[in-house]
Amino acid sequence: MIRVVIPAHLRTLAGVGSELQLDVSPPVTIESVLDALEAKYPVLSGTIRDHGTKQRRAFLRYFACEEDWSLEPQDKPLPDAVVSGKEPFLVIGAIAGG
Amino acid sequence: MSGVRVLVGTRKGAFVLEADGKRQNWKVNGPFFAGWEIYHMKGSPVDTNRIYVSQTSGWFGQLIQRSNDGGKTWEVPGGTEAGEFGRPKGQSNKFAYDAAAAPMTTHQWYDGTQHPWEFKRVWHLEPSLTDPDKVYAGVEDAALFQTTDAGLTWKEVPGLRGHGTGPQWQPGAGGLGLHTIILDPKDANRIYIAISAAGAFRTDDGGATWKPINKGLRSPYIPDQDAEIGHCVHHIAMSAKKPGVLFMQKHWDVMRSDNAGDLWHEVSGNLPTDFGFVIDVHAHDPETIYVVPIKSDGEHYPPEGKLRVYRSKSGGNEWEPLTKGLPQENCYVDILRDAMSVDQLDDCGVYFGTTGGQVYASSNGGDSWQCIVHDLPAVLSVEAQTLR
Repeated sequence: MIRVVIPAHLRTLAGVGSELQLDVSPPVTIESVLDALEAKYPVLSGTIRDHGTKQRRAFLRYFACEEDWSLEPQDKPLPDAVVSGKEPFLVIGAIAGG
Repeated sequence: MSGVRVLVGTRKGAFVLEADGKRQNWKVNGPFFAGWEIYHMKGSPVDTNRIYVSQTSGWFGQLIQRSNDGGKTWEVPGGTEAGEFGRPKGQSNKFAYDAAAAPMTTHQWYDGTQHPWEFKRVWHLEPSLTDPDKVYAGVEDAALFQTTDAGLTWKEVPGLRGHGTGPQWQPGAGGLGLHTIILDPKDANRIYIAISAAGAFRTDDGGATWKPINKGLRSPYIPDQDAEIGHCVHHIAMSAKKPGVLFMQKHWDVMRSDNAGDLWHEVSGNLPTDFGFVIDVHAHDPETIYVVPIKSDGEHYPPEGKLRVYRSKSGGNEWEPLTKGLPQENCYVDILRDAMSVDQLDDCGVYFGTTGGQVYASSNGGDSWQCIVHDLPAVLSVEAQTLR
């Protein structure tokens, strides 16, 4: 079970709590996690990455195990700690405000 | 019992204001979609319970919300439906330019270089006059889209972006937005649109082909003052009782056309300043029009700190200030292009919202005003629905 944390506005949009749990078939990658996320919560389609290009929206970043995965290949396997559910996969928005 | 519903889009959410036909006591519902920019919300003319909302964010992009019960509950069309093979069906926020039908060109950037077309947001939603499931959307970077399945999927009307003048279009300070869509009630094939800063266009064949309708416009702040393309049109209004007669608030100048935009002439007359954003027409008298003069393009607030709506009962040129109930000192708010609307009740109601978060209403055609809500986030759009 993969644990995923998304920004507050997207939690409200999807009607979910602070952390999501997803069944993701291996290999567990950014792409497969987001595919599973959008399949379970279609309302999130296009809000994290572009519908067509799958490019990450500019004000969002991906983190795993305190490492920035935003620029990593989308099909690169995520760390074992994320695959095992020990650590969450984080989608974090740029900080708003001053 | 008749009533009015006023749909207010703000920088940080949507509000729905409701009153009975007297329009004196207002109930404020919201915020809906708290924290998101609501560029526009508008109800279907044939089903007032059907309302569409443009919900947008610099972080998360564009969403379309829809209500089937007059704004009590909302849904993202297709947002809960899984498609084939587990893939999401939620495509209500998928605004993909139709590159096959109209090859992707570039448009001018602020510095004069060419820039690729990039979808940013929906500025304006215009529901069909006859079909509650059909809606047009004006978007940034400028293009026209339509849905025929109540917002589930959107398809570009490619003839406009493919008009051929695209490389001459350039963004205004707020972006290259298609902000005005007017459907002709007597000719289903005729649509008017306006873009900042390309100008106004008209189709007479349901969107297949478009022509610029900017003759008569004169803009001293662009290189070719009477160019066919490049004018910063802020808003256009038309009375359903007199299709073909158009009123325009340009960057500077209030303009009028009596021939569906083929030729414009200035009707700024005795206005204290002819800069502004909003313009609207009385619901029953097509020669009565309203503007809110703003001091200048560099000072986006009313002249002298006095919030005045100006009304012309002669279709322009002769204007009277309407001040009763409006602040006449220390008022430095702006009224954005989509933030004025009228209702259809016998004594026409007029509504507008400010960047200071006030919404003002007049239940007597502008003779007097009341602030029906204040201290909202900056108001981006106001649309009145008449409930009968």
